[in-house]
Amino acid sequence: MTEQKIDFEVSMKKLEEIVTKLEKGDTPLEKSMQLFEEGIKLAKQLSERLEANKKKIEKLTKIAPGQIETEDINE
Amino acid sequence: MAEIPTTEEHVWTVTELNTSARHLVEGAFPDIWLEGEISNFNRYPSGHCYFSIKDEGSQIQAVMFQNHAQALDFKPVDGAKVLVHGRVSIFERAGKYQIIVQHMQEKGVGVLYQRFQELKKKLDAEGLFAPEHKKPIPAVPQEIGVITSEAGAAIHDILTVINRRFANVHVLLYPVAVQGTAAAGEIVQALENLNKYFPNLDVIILGRGGGSIEDLWPFNEEVVARAIYNSAIPVISAVGHEIDYTISDFVADLRAPTPSAAAELVVKSKEELSGRLGMLETRLANAVKYKIDVYEQRLNRLATSPVLVNPALMYAQYEQQVDWLSQRLVNAISNRVEFCLNEVKRFAQGLTALSPLAVLERGYSITTLEKTGEIVVDSAQVKKDDTITVRVRRGSIRARRIEELL
Repeated sequence: MTEQKIDFEVSMKKLEEIVTKLEKGDTPLEKSMQLFEEGIKLAKQLSERLEANKKKIEKLTKIAPGQIETEDINE
Repeated sequence: MAEIPTTEEHVWTVTELNTSARHLVEGAFPDIWLEGEISNFNRYPSGHCYFSIKDEGSQIQAVMFQNHAQALDFKPVDGAKVLVHGRVSIFERAGKYQIIVQHMQEKGVGVLYQRFQELKKKLDAEGLFAPEHKKPIPAVPQEIGVITSEAGAAIHDILTVINRRFANVHVLLYPVAVQGTAAAGEIVQALENLNKYFPNLDVIILGRGGGSIEDLWPFNEEVVARAIYNSAIPVISAVGHEIDYTISDFVADLRAPTPSAAAELVVKSKEELSGRLGMLETRLANAVKYKIDVYEQRLNRLATSPVLVNPALMYAQYEQQVDWLSQRLVNAISNRVEFCLNEVKRFAQGLTALSPLAVLERGYSITTLEKTGEIVVDSAQVKKDDTITVRVRRGSIRARRIEELL
C-alpha cells in the first residue's frame, strides 16, 4: 500500500476521533480549540485529496526485470 | 491439382455440397447414443435448446427442438454429464455439423464439477480459504491492478464504473488470456509480476466476464488458487456472473459477484466520501460551537452574579454586622448606665435617712458654737456669754449662754 493511501484512511479516522472527542464535550476549552484547528486542517487536506483528479488508466505492455512499459488507455 | 476444372468434372454449389454431406452424415448416424458434458446451454424463447456436448478432447454442437425439449425431466446446466439419443445432421444453411437430440438424460455429476469439488475440498482442508488469511481491502484504494483480458467485457465494465465514480485512482491493466490452456499460467505470472514489480498496488482485481464452465475453468485451477493465496497485495476475485462460483472466489480476499461489482467495491463514490467528510466537518464545527456556548453561558452566569454586578453587596453583610454590634454596644452601655443610676438613687435614699435634716424633722436640733462653727455635743464647749446657733427643722435660733452650769 502506498504511503498516501494509508495516510488518507488514517486522516479520516483521526478526524472522526477528533469530532467524537469534541462532541463528548469534556475537553478543556483551550484543548478543544487545538483539536478543532487540527480537525479543520485534516478536513481541508482530505477534501483537497478528494478533489484532486489523478485518474490514470494504463495497460502493461512489457514486463521484464528492469524493463516495464505501460501505455495509457482510456475508454 | 488442376487450376481449372475440366469439363467432365462437376462443380459443386455450396448448397449441393451441404445437402450431400447431410445425407451422408444422416445415413451414417441415423440413431445414436452419445455421452458427454453440456456446455454453453441456451434455451431460446422459441423453446428450442442449443448447446454443445463435449468431452476433454472434442465437442459437437447440439440442438434439441421444442417438441423434445419440453419432455426434459431435468434442468440442463453447463458441466452436467449427460447421455443423449438422437441423429447426426448438418444444418445446411450454416454448414454446421450437429446432433439433433431427441432424448437427454443426466449421467451423474460432470467431471469438471467433480474436479471442482475435489480441489475445493483439498484447498479448504489446507486452509487456503481461511478467513484469518484474508487481507483487508483498503477503504480508499488509489492504485488498482486489474488482471483480465484486454478485449473482454470485464475491463470495460470496470473502467465504466471507475469513470462514473471517484476518479482519483490509478488503474493498471495487466492483460492476460482468461480462457484456454494458456490462461492459468498467464494469470499466475501476472499475480507474481504485479507483486514483484508493483508492490505498492492497493488491490488487485482478478476476473473475467461470464462464460461456460470451461471458459471459467482457469479460475478453478490449483496454480491460480495458490498464486492468489501467495499474493501480498489483496486480491478481489470477480469471475463471470453472480451465480458463478470458482475456486478463485473462495481463495481471494474478497469475492465480487461481477467485475462491475468489484470496481464498485473498491472505488468508493466520490459523493459518498465527500458526504462523509462534509458530515464530519459539520459535527466538528457544532462540537466546538457547543463548547463555546457552554463557556459563554458559564461566563454570562458569572458576569451577572450579584457580586460582580453590585460589589457593594459583598460588604453589606459586614456593614450589617457592624451595625448590629454597634447597636448591642449602645444597648449594653445604656443598660449599664441606667443600672448605675438606679444604684445611686438607691444609695441616695439610704443617705436621706441618715441626713441630719431628717433628724431635725423629728424634733431634734443641732447646736453650733457661733465663733468656731463647731457642733456642740458637750455643754462644756459653751462658755458663759457664748453665742450659739440652734438649728431646728425650720429656721434657727440665735441664743446666748446666760450662766455656766456645773
